[in-house]
Amino acid sequence: MLDTLRLTAEEAARLLREREVSGAELYAAYRAAIDARDPELHCYLHVCDDDGGDGLPIAVKDVIGTRGIPTTAGSRILEGYVPVYDATVVERCKAHGLRVLGKTNTDEFAMGSSTENSAYGPTRNPWDPSRVPGGSGGGSAAAVAAGLAPWALGSDTGGSIKQPAALCGNVGLRPTYGTVSRYGVVAFASSLDQVGPVARNVRDCAFLYSVIAGRDPCDSTTVELPHEVELPDGDDLKGLRIGVPREFNEHEAIEPGVRAAVERAIGLCETLGAEVGECSLPRAVEYGLPCYYLIAPAEASSNLARYDGVRFGYRSRNGSDRLEMYQRTRDEGFGDEPKRRIMVGTYALSAGYYDAYYGQAQRVRTVLAREHAAAFERFDVLVSPTSPTVAFPLGARTANPLAMYLSDLLTIPSCMAGLPGLNVPCGLSEGLPVGLQLIGPQFSENTLFRAGHALEQAVGFDPVPTRLAA
Amino acid sequence: MAISREQLLHVARLARLELREDELERLGAQLNDIIAAVGKVSELDLADVPPTSHPLDVVNVWGADEPHESLSVADALANAPEREGSSFKVPPGGS
Repeated sequence: MLDTLRLTAEEAARLLREREVSGAELYAAYRAAIDARDPELHCYLHVCDDDGGDGLPIAVKDVIGTRGIPTTAGSRILEGYVPVYDATVVERCKAHGLRVLGKTNTDEFAMGSSTENSAYGPTRNPWDPSRVPGGSGGGSAAAVAAGLAPWALGSDTGGSIKQPAALCGNVGLRPTYGTVSRYGVVAFASSLDQVGPVARNVRDCAFLYSVIAGRDPCDSTTVELPHEVELPDGDDLKGLRIGVPREFNEHEAIEPGVRAAVERAIGLCETLGAEVGECSLPRAVEYGLPCYYLIAPAEASSNLARYDGVRFGYRSRNGSDRLEMYQRTRDEGFGDEPKRRIMVGTYALSAGYYDAYYGQAQRVRTVLAREHAAAFERFDVLVSPTSPTVAFPLGARTANPLAMYLSDLLTIPSCMAGLPGLNVPCGLSEGLPVGLQLIGPQFSENTLFRAGHALEQAVGFDPVPTRLAA
Repeated sequence: MAISREQLLHVARLARLELREDELERLGAQLNDIIAAVGKVSELDLADVPPTSHPLDVVNVWGADEPHESLSVADALANAPEREGSSFKVPPGGS
């Protein structure tokens, strides 16, 4: 019997290669795990049937289009939508023999930090089902943590891969902007959206990144990788210069248990031979959040204009003319969070306010990029907690949008600068996973993988949720 | 700066959202809080800083002018809420 809770993708691939297990057996093992645990966790919005292939299964966040498989982005407005083409990332996974296991839950249009904004109900954290898995990619992260998929695709605009990976105790990469195609992916904020891998360890994460990365003629914002993806196998950090930005590590929102786990991990980095030094990015944290919550909603208000009840998705029957049809379709189809962001974005872009809000936020964005660039003159990577807190109880932040927005305080600044970030679990606090984020310059994924892998070995984190380990 | 009910209705109209009365009240209050919080960006004097619209240094990407297969009409219409022949069908009037 396959133990999907402990099986890495690399080990599963070896079992398939050496014919110790068939593709059908492997797929069936994950389906059985889903049948056993997903009624409680609700990681999946749609589960697929075995297509008879012999490759590894993969879970796909429901903002990523899959031909012939429903794709809702967690929204009622896309209920029943079945894409007629695959997103490029799905095409690339299939070309590598990977098989879609199902579509994972997400905050509506990837807008949220807890997966509670899904129109189809929240996902629960496998470590403690009374708590959130993070978001927006809570479904993918929880599925990987609970052994309901060996790995998964997520998407990240301001932390939607890294933050759930931190809260669920797995490895998630937000790649350098432009390295992974968004063709066929439901758009939220186009100058920020990136697709990336979620996995049980850094090597699996690096391998999945190598499968999906690279220029796509269908997405003109993509570029060729300047160097090939290297699977990390070293266990030292000699010569690596690690910066510890004060504002990211001493912020008052960071829980003491989170801070302690990250400080221990930074100590381990020194033991492994890294040179660790303090630095400062004075405005990145303080101004990153307001900057993001202007630019992302502004872009979202434009991207979400396409949901008008004409070409696909939900249409209200309550409008007597075309304008009424548009307005009622959007009122009935969108949940609260997309409506809030559409309203904020439309306001920030409207005549008379554009310069003060959107224009100013774009200038702040330049400041954030410059602060990171200055830090990378002295350091190869920057390190901090991924999330200021461990997984929080369901309902704790739903009544106050601004409290929810704070969940992404530490992931947002590097996203604004287009930089890659890797979440690596670094311990437990109150019995719940703590994630550490490694941020590097553009195209530094190999450095992040090397550092993450060495740290992972030294920390010895067990990614199996304690309550499921028995 | 508080957003007036009139402004709220104007923005909703621009966004083609017909907000119900209870939504106007709830979202209106939240919107005021959010706009006040994000207004923090105006504290910085950035007159000399250029804006960033996109984090990659890539401009004017051209595709090769080669014909390739595209969606069939049937596929393009497959998800239409309503259709007639090879067209998307919408209610008359309005804008």
